[in-house]
Amino acid sequence: MKAGADSPDMKGISGDINLERIDAESLVIRLTGNWTQAAKIKPVEHVLAELAVLTPFARIVLQAADLKQWDSRLPTYLLAILDYCQAKRIQIDLSGLPDGVQGLLKLARAVPERAGDRRSAQQTPALAKIGKMVLSGLADTKALVIFIGETVQAGISLMRGKARFRSVDLFLCIQEAGPGALAIVTLISLLVGLILAFVGAVQLAMFGAQIFIADLVGLGTVREMGALMTAVIMSGRTGAAYAAQLGTMNVNSEIDALKTMGISPMEFLVLPRMLALILMLPLLCIYADFMGILGGAIVTTTAFDVSLTQYFNQLRKAVDLTDISIGLFKSLVFAVLIATAGCMRGMQCGRSASAVGDAATAAVVNSIVYIVVADSIITLICNRLGI
Amino acid sequence: MNKPHITVKDLTMAYGDFVIQRDLNFTINRGDVFVIMGGSGCGKSTLLKHLIGLQQPARGDVIYDRQNFWRSSDAERIRILRRIGVLYQSGALFSSLTLAENIALPLGEFTDFSRAEIADIVSYKLALVGLAGFEDYYPSEISGGMQKRAGLARAMALDPEILFFDEPSAGLDPVSARLLDDLIINLSDALGTTIVVVTHELASIFAIGTNAVFLDPETKTMLATDSPKRLLAESKDSKIIQFLTRGEGNVETTR
Repeated sequence: MKAGADSPDMKGISGDINLERIDAESLVIRLTGNWTQAAKIKPVEHVLAELAVLTPFARIVLQAADLKQWDSRLPTYLLAILDYCQAKRIQIDLSGLPDGVQGLLKLARAVPERAGDRRSAQQTPALAKIGKMVLSGLADTKALVIFIGETVQAGISLMRGKARFRSVDLFLCIQEAGPGALAIVTLISLLVGLILAFVGAVQLAMFGAQIFIADLVGLGTVREMGALMTAVIMSGRTGAAYAAQLGTMNVNSEIDALKTMGISPMEFLVLPRMLALILMLPLLCIYADFMGILGGAIVTTTAFDVSLTQYFNQLRKAVDLTDISIGLFKSLVFAVLIATAGCMRGMQCGRSASAVGDAATAAVVNSIVYIVVADSIITLICNRLGI
Repeated sequence: MNKPHITVKDLTMAYGDFVIQRDLNFTINRGDVFVIMGGSGCGKSTLLKHLIGLQQPARGDVIYDRQNFWRSSDAERIRILRRIGVLYQSGALFSSLTLAENIALPLGEFTDFSRAEIADIVSYKLALVGLAGFEDYYPSEISGGMQKRAGLARAMALDPEILFFDEPSAGLDPVSARLLDDLIINLSDALGTTIVVVTHELASIFAIGTNAVFLDPETKTMLATDSPKRLLAESKDSKIIQFLTRGEGNVETTR
């Protein structure tokens, strides 16, 4: 009668359950055969339906004289019948079951469910969902404001020379956010320069105005694409990394440990990362501008019959310091936005592995949205001011 | 020795509307080894978070000596925090720093020791927890038990007045757990450090605890505060007796 006793033929193993009324009061449930998870057994709903048909009765006696193998299939099945009996106030006699099964059933019901512990799986109505979304949006905004406030505080203590962080950390962050990103920035900005030149050149060549490719590539890259492309690259590269680093530190209570040491995590962790990005992104932006212009030069000189001297002469006429400054200013703003989104998501990260992934995703999505919105606003303002 | 070090007054802890524990009142005396105990999910770790400034109480006060922790200014709060050390359940070592750098961090931040002096202190603290020679290992390169001991070395770096332990023996083998208990008793005896331990390890509770508070998840409040041995001998509360005897006590059980 023990689990794993004599093994029957493994094909078509099955267990059976029979209901039989023995007198006006009582019902016998007979369990026979194999009750393993591989066995074929009729669904418990059918048995419950049969029980409902056979009512009224006051007592159920379980018998298992011919029961062969069993595993957790049997207690699970019986618990459903037990619950049914409890709901209908029917007595149930378990003494005919093997001791092991009785023990497991007792154990499963030893600690009753605490009222209110179960989470209801029912669907929330649409209105409630909208409400929740609005509330979480408000909470998000509040968190953002708090984070910005804390960052400003940390920045102030930095300016007063009181901020505590290790200069090693700052150098590591700079290394990571600056030189470490050169390769990808080179590739992307060179290719964007090429593409800009090609797209423009085809149109301009129709008027025989290939020389103006220099204007298009120069202004497009310096004012817009250089800053934008580096910002997008860095939000995916560094912003996500910040969120994941800080998020993991949160999961591992490292941020709690800093707080209880009396060290502000905003100063110790967020400041070096912000500073690194704010210092490095404008530099990367200048480098990307240069690469983009180079890309344009390659296309115009090789495919459109303009000499290198002509290209650079035209470029010098088209692009002035204001354009470059606007691009640099943008990249400075983008740096703040990327670092804020990355660090904030990391610091607010929940305490699970999936939360770290969510934080990294949210950091990238947020920073790209911030970047594009800020870019539009700045471009609009420049347009209105006529610069 | 019966000078109160930490006093908890009418403390109610909650996450939003969800109350964890209400109306907690107890005192941790100087030199105590104070045990916060109770079944799982009763809010032991949450209480610890309130004591070490990680979570603000919904109501009530935590008073260090005579200073009300949650009503002090940020600067004062940081001053209080510098007097405490915390050993987190997972060790919470900074994973980007070596063990030596981890322990040296608070020393470098808050003291005027030279590099050489700090290195000596670091070696001494590591030796104290049985990790001599592991200075240049990263936390990910050592076992969980070793991480925990290194976390303890970091918590002790500044010779804090109060040491907090969150489940110190969880994840340790019985011998290491015993060694940790011995270390705790030593710290308390030799340095007079006040020690607050969150645990449900019965052997530890009786071996080290000189005072305790028992939290109950069902009534959502504390049932008693006294030394564990006296609680076992004198308490009439069936839940406490059951807890302290692994449910094998003479009080009738619910099963």
